[in-house]
Amino acid sequence: MSDDFVRSPPPGENRNPGSGRLFAEAWNSCLTAALFALLLFPLVAVRVDAIERTIAWRWGNLGWIAAAVFAISLAWRLRRRENVNRSTPSQPSPLDGEENGFREQGSALRYTGSPALEGRGWGAGGDATKPPLSPRSPRAAWLSTAIGLCAERPTVRHGAIVIGVAFALIMPLISSTYQVNVLTSALIAVILGLGLNIIVGLAGMLNLGYAAFTAVGAYAYALLNLHFHLGFWAALPAAGLVAAGFGLALGFPVLRLRGDYLAIVTLGFGEIVRLVLENWSALTNGPSGIANVPRPGLFGMELGLRGATIYLYFISFALAAGAATAVARLKNSRIGRAWVALREDETAAETMGIDRTRTKLAALALGAFFAGVAGVLFAARTTFVNPASFTFLESAMVLATVVLGGPGSVGGVVAAALVLVLLPEYLRPFAQYRMLVFGAALVLMMVLRARRALANHPGRPAQ
Amino acid sequence: MTGARAAEAAGGARVLLEARGLSAVFGGLRALDAVDLQVFEGEIAALIGPNGAGKTTLFNCLTGLCLPSAGDLHLLPAGGQRQRLGGLSPNRITALGVARTFQNIRLFPQMTALENVMVGRHVRTRAGVLGALLRGPKARAEERGIAAAALDLLAKVGLCTVANEPAASLPYGLQRRLEIARALATGPLLLLLDEPAAGMNPRETAELDELIRRLRDEDGVTILLIEHDMRLVMGLAERIVVLDYGRLIAVGTPLQVRADPAVIRAYLGEPQ
Repeated sequence: MSDDFVRSPPPGENRNPGSGRLFAEAWNSCLTAALFALLLFPLVAVRVDAIERTIAWRWGNLGWIAAAVFAISLAWRLRRRENVNRSTPSQPSPLDGEENGFREQGSALRYTGSPALEGRGWGAGGDATKPPLSPRSPRAAWLSTAIGLCAERPTVRHGAIVIGVAFALIMPLISSTYQVNVLTSALIAVILGLGLNIIVGLAGMLNLGYAAFTAVGAYAYALLNLHFHLGFWAALPAAGLVAAGFGLALGFPVLRLRGDYLAIVTLGFGEIVRLVLENWSALTNGPSGIANVPRPGLFGMELGLRGATIYLYFISFALAAGAATAVARLKNSRIGRAWVALREDETAAETMGIDRTRTKLAALALGAFFAGVAGVLFAARTTFVNPASFTFLESAMVLATVVLGGPGSVGGVVAAALVLVLLPEYLRPFAQYRMLVFGAALVLMMVLRARRALANHPGRPAQ
Repeated sequence: MTGARAAEAAGGARVLLEARGLSAVFGGLRALDAVDLQVFEGEIAALIGPNGAGKTTLFNCLTGLCLPSAGDLHLLPAGGQRQRLGGLSPNRITALGVARTFQNIRLFPQMTALENVMVGRHVRTRAGVLGALLRGPKARAEERGIAAAALDLLAKVGLCTVANEPAASLPYGLQRRLEIARALATGPLLLLLDEPAAGMNPRETAELDELIRRLRDEDGVTILLIEHDMRLVMGLAERIVVLDYGRLIAVGTPLQVRADPAVIRAYLGEPQ
């Protein structure tokens, strides 16, 4: 019996690879579809009518979802299989090496990655030291084209920027006030993402309380206006500086902390700021917040609601563009390299003469400054601030922007911020399934991005 | 040449680094026990000893990564004043002119080879946040200077062809060279190399030998290295310092050290 067990090949695998595998993949896709149907059953198939006291069973919905999942899953599997078949014999090892290198980033990269790469370099002196070009499998190429992320070539990237800017400048003139408001909040998210990108992406300090700096900026504007009648333009730098001050105040105690410890302290910081705002009623008016925060004025002119909205949009756009330029410049500068060096290896960075304290504080202060500016814009957009706008969820969304966009990447973070704000808006037709679709889209984007990161080194143009 | 240098070192060469009674205690472990050490300007000295002798701890104390429990540590730059190193932060010590490499390579893995070396120039340049944001003529000139200096250093260690490759993708031997280039970028008077030949094949070791000599002869960098490859050490070093259980047990030329009974005992154990 055991003999029989050993000899029998997996059904169909060897003799008839085509149909056998197709069957296996189809079976797996069936299971996936069944799993999805099961998980979504309560959401999609059952509708409880509380007034009529009836339950409507909508099996059709479930059927559609199962069919769609089956089709997507099967296409995905076949595609993958095809690529595995194609790439296995040609160049398996460099890909493996790269995958290893990325999976075990912190420690194992230091032991220099794959043996394959070493094999090429050994003993051959200077000329053979060029490591193998990243083996962009057909799948990776297909993916990057499919999701429009081929913007790695400079011409394509510049073209994209020009088109994006032109679109952004025309957009408010042709769309409704509501749309302009949504776009403004997307631009605020861009500034926030770029600011946190300095702290998390470049300097590598995980910050879970970033919304606190936004809150400081927004409240600084509201309070300065309430008590000293400071206008938008005067409050903008002032609020930024106040937020930067808070960044420094947070910085001193946490300089020695890394990773999870830092994350927990910043999480606490965010909550403390929110709770103070909520409870210090004498100053902040407590949970009911401060109303009638003015929109920015244009040389004393009274703009209508639509005019003011569009004006704020353009201000936000200019500031977001400025923020993107600033971060791009910082990234390729002495201080930017120092941040990345500290992120990659703090001890080595210090022995290269980098002053850890000053460099980290600079990152925190700058990131907080960006958040403060974004906070002023936020207050001016909603004309109202209250503590409920600055919860942990806001911090998490900004962090998601940075992670999705790719830590340290300017274009990626801008795109991610736009997607994370605009997608939920434009998913409104999905009604109660909006957040479901949004969540699925996030998961999908992360999966695609992770694969792309495996195919190319992050932050480096593909070769 | 080598002999003459060694004689000069043994004779009246200027002391560049001086440690007196240096101790480092971790809990009950005396990693360094009252070590007296002198490094002379322009020499290639080696620090050897069995595993766990305290060699890397000594390097850590010299570079400020580990605070000595007792003892004095001074750097005496030519024409400058005597600098106390004990208690300074690592970046201050680097600024004074002590650079190092690490036993387990510690490059910045995701940065390119060029960027790694450019980070080394940090301590000799000034541009801050404002310079980066405004990119005035001064900041741009400095940035160009950083890139040019980094490229020169890459050329010196033979890494020009891989300047734009991520450090993590380089083969082991090249990573070691890159670490040396990065350390050189800080403009050191004294370069500390922690097992630079570890994991290298004989060919690469020979190239490393030649590189280290060039650094001393052409750039006038004083070198103190930890190494287990005795062929390299005996051929390269003009003076050898031997540590065992945190104590300094012998100092001298390779010939003297090789014949020293205390050294033989440390490496081979007590005769029965």
